[in-house]
Amino acid sequence: MIVEIGHFALVLALAAALAQTVVPFWGARVGDLGMMDVGRNAALIQLALIAIAFAALVNAHLTSDFSVLNVAENSNVAMPAIYKISGVWGNHEGSMLLWVFILAIFGALVALFGRALPRKLRADALAVQGLISVAFLAFILLTSNPFERLSPAPFEGRDLNPILQDPGLAIHPPLLYLGYVGFSIVYSFAAAALIEGRIDAAWARFVRPFTLVAWSFLTLGIAAGSFWAYYTLGWGGFWFWDPVENASLMPWLAGTAFVHSVAVMEKRDALKIWTIFLAILAFSFSLLGTFLVRSGVLTSVHAFANDPRRGVFILAILAMFICGSFALFAWRAPMLKQGGLFAPVSREGALVVNNLLLTTACATVLFGTLYPLALEQLTGEKITVGAPFFNLTCGALLLTACFAAPFGFSLAWKRGDLLGVVQRLAFAIIVGAVTAVVAVAWLSGGPIFAPLAMGLGVFVIIGTVIEVVMRSWRPGLTAGVALKRTFGLPLSFFGAALAHLGLGVTLLGLSGLGFGAETIATLHKGVPAIVGPYAVTLDSVGERVGPNYKESIASVTVRSGDTVVAQIEPARRQFAAREMSTTQAGLKTLHFGQIYVSIADPAADGSVPARLYWKPLVTLIWLGGAAMALGGGLSLADRRLRFGVATRAKAGASALAQPAQ
Amino acid sequence: MTRRGRRLALIAAALAVVGAAAGLSLYALSDSIVFFYSPSEVAQKAVAPGARLRIGGLVKTGSLVKSADQNVAFVLTDGAHDLKVAYQGLLPDLFREGQGVVAEGVLAAPGQMQAETILAKHDERYMPREVVDALKKQGRWQEGTTATQ
Repeated sequence: MIVEIGHFALVLALAAALAQTVVPFWGARVGDLGMMDVGRNAALIQLALIAIAFAALVNAHLTSDFSVLNVAENSNVAMPAIYKISGVWGNHEGSMLLWVFILAIFGALVALFGRALPRKLRADALAVQGLISVAFLAFILLTSNPFERLSPAPFEGRDLNPILQDPGLAIHPPLLYLGYVGFSIVYSFAAAALIEGRIDAAWARFVRPFTLVAWSFLTLGIAAGSFWAYYTLGWGGFWFWDPVENASLMPWLAGTAFVHSVAVMEKRDALKIWTIFLAILAFSFSLLGTFLVRSGVLTSVHAFANDPRRGVFILAILAMFICGSFALFAWRAPMLKQGGLFAPVSREGALVVNNLLLTTACATVLFGTLYPLALEQLTGEKITVGAPFFNLTCGALLLTACFAAPFGFSLAWKRGDLLGVVQRLAFAIIVGAVTAVVAVAWLSGGPIFAPLAMGLGVFVIIGTVIEVVMRSWRPGLTAGVALKRTFGLPLSFFGAALAHLGLGVTLLGLSGLGFGAETIATLHKGVPAIVGPYAVTLDSVGERVGPNYKESIASVTVRSGDTVVAQIEPARRQFAAREMSTTQAGLKTLHFGQIYVSIADPAADGSVPARLYWKPLVTLIWLGGAAMALGGGLSLADRRLRFGVATRAKAGASALAQPAQ
Repeated sequence: MTRRGRRLALIAAALAVVGAAAGLSLYALSDSIVFFYSPSEVAQKAVAPGARLRIGGLVKTGSLVKSADQNVAFVLTDGAHDLKVAYQGLLPDLFREGQGVVAEGVLAAPGQMQAETILAKHDERYMPREVVDALKKQGRWQEGTTATQ
């Protein structure tokens, strides 16, 4: 019964979304305030209905109601409760429901906090947001119904794919979707601004918090996904340039460009058309990502289903929203008034360079991802474009962008003094260059990437710190005054500084790749195997029984010289329901580096085939990502940027004045 | 600087970055593309040794040999032709005889590959798409069943 209520709520949500699309849009055209306000209520009702549907599905999974096809195929009585819940989005239908749920949350946020906005803009934005909901709700109801019943109901479910039974999977998709779908708001507002034919700094001020939320979550989601791949796939890689990973990287690159250009628009009223273009681009890439992952064109752990109808449906949605918005852009963008002149050497100029590099990097990723698909359709030839391609193109462009980051961060708005900035950053430049040279000598003949990334990382970190210090302290100022000045700086400045620091930290983490060690060995009891500076010895092999699996555990001791530095227990898990086994890598963090041991099934004589890695600085890759996301959050907390704080009083006054008009 | 000069500077910068990216892409593309073949295609096209390839097929039942230092050898087949594969390292969790896998590596000699990466399916419902296509070509694929030798 609850399941049917969920299904019914989803159908009603489609009706609410239709109302949210048609009525406020029509109201905005004819100038009917009442009709425009329907959008607000429809968005809230839609959220409530989708929340009911989502809760119904979670309930079905938690109670292991195997009469629901989705539960029977992806759950199991013996699974721990947390995986029963994460199993809701560990499959195609459920993950699409999560997608629209988050879409509805963002729509409702606009409805709740958009009071300070011009009424027409809000009505149009909610209408576009509603249209996205209509498309995806129709997709779910017509091709991917999560509430489909199964008769007769089986006694036991087929279990969730064991490699998805992991805390990483519990958080990775929701984080990623908050990012992907968060850009829908930006898109809706861009479309609304184009429909209106008018855009100003207030638009940027309202859109920026949403951008920061989406960007921060996307950053976290990508970092979580990369960490998950690192420890579950058993070979220590954290980024494979897999099409599915690229699908999440592209909106991130476009979104990062947007975060920077929207700052220019907000502060200097410049780059309007470009910012609108990026807003459309970021969400278009989110949609493209959804298509690549969900349609079955790619085969990967993310592609759950291969129903061709779904692929065609998502392709139609993709074509409608991308072509529609770019047509609107081509038609209306020339009407937008440009403002805010700036010299090429200025903060704005540097942000233009940043945008150029990021969007070009994004284009190379797009090319490398779609080229094999296009080639196969056209010639039948099957190829893969491997990591070397992406490293050389996207990697080189992004490293250039990293090099430019501290310069841009230190330049003044409107007209900057490049020579002065170079002098200020001289210390950082020198230390960075020396680090790179020392690293080259150390590695002697290894790939140039590692020393370059290390030098750049050091440069970005020191350069950012210098700028933060220079903002609050000059020679001659007392500590008290400097402290006061520090507290006077806006939070968004610290947010940007933290994000740039995170970038430097990630670069340092990546540079560790060049200094690591890998050993493939068969471990025998008591015989040490050497990996980098450490010796790994097998102590014992045991068995353990978990809730829905059995595991073989190898206990190993890691020594540096004669001192024991760690005891770790890599394992192999056998899941009965799907006759599958997974690798649980044994990890030990030492000074930001990790010792990584993954094993195969123990042999009959008690020896264990294993892969051993020493990965110096590797944790910095994800810590840097977390710092970037935290920087986004810090900017969000800036009072000036909170939704309409400055304008709310005025809006209240005008709302009072309105009836009299 | 005049408005026109600024615009020109911007366009020049954009062209430089896009040009550099296009050049890099073409250069990188020329040596990082890897073709996917079935064992039959390798035989028919007489691919020269030294080429980097991805080859998909079924692991021939009874062909898997494990020796010291995690060296493994097995035979990939699509029914019509066989290809010997040598590999050092841990095999993926779902590597089994009679199942579809994709091996990426260098052709050491005709009919023999030194693999650097072995990819197997992620769960028991999934078979690498390339393998399915290769098997369909050979007429050895039955819809809805797991193909076995």
